[in-house]
Amino acid sequence: MNETSTETLSVIVEREIPYPPEKIWRALTQPHLIEEWLMKNDFKPVVGHRFDLRADWGAVDCQVLAVEPNKTLSYTWGAYGLESVVTWTLTPTGAGTLLRMEQSGFRPDQQQAYQGATGGWQRFVGGLERVVAGLE
Amino acid sequence: MHTTPDTLFKTLADPTRRAIFERLTRDGEQTVRILTDRAGVSQPAVSKHLRILKQAGLVRDRHEGRQTHYSAQLGALAPLIDWTSQMAGFWQSRFDHLEDLLKRMDQ
Repeated sequence: MNETSTETLSVIVEREIPYPPEKIWRALTQPHLIEEWLMKNDFKPVVGHRFDLRADWGAVDCQVLAVEPNKTLSYTWGAYGLESVVTWTLTPTGAGTLLRMEQSGFRPDQQQAYQGATGGWQRFVGGLERVVAGLE
Repeated sequence: MHTTPDTLFKTLADPTRRAIFERLTRDGEQTVRILTDRAGVSQPAVSKHLRILKQAGLVRDRHEGRQTHYSAQLGALAPLIDWTSQMAGFWQSRFDHLEDLLKRMDQ
């Protein structure tokens, strides 16, 4: 499910997946598995670790911001000179896991800016919903 | 005016600047003085933010006597909307690949 029609400056994709969080976590954090569904990489689940995601069309510069095993993973996502932050959230459900990916576009110049910006940016995006609905 | 998503993101990344833009989208046209009263920063700082917003095409100014009135230009947000639809498509397909991988991991 994507919510771009209402969430203008962030992309949210959410899906219930019939596997436990532990298994999905492996796919999100083990380099050889990440390569299978996303891109070639030198990922490590360590806060501050810088890594690249590489594809035919170019590379994405990333840095790990938050790691909470089986629950949440967050990294910066820099491509085409544009900085954003990708945050994965895993929530166990009766049938498996609700996997949520949110990509928020702004420049996390520093960790503090990232933490401060999260709330502010989301408020901003919320406020823009009406406005952008009127654009189309 | 054509503005790249990069410029728009940089312009809107500053919380004070974002608040000024947000106020203009919510309350309509405003003078620098009214914006300054509510921004909690000095008038030169507000003017500087407005100048940067104007460069990004996000606000337009209108002079009336000694006052300058600023209004939000919502059309300037279009590149961000393009960016989010592209990324949403990208992530939807990655979720599909991820689900395929999880199925294979069973075997």
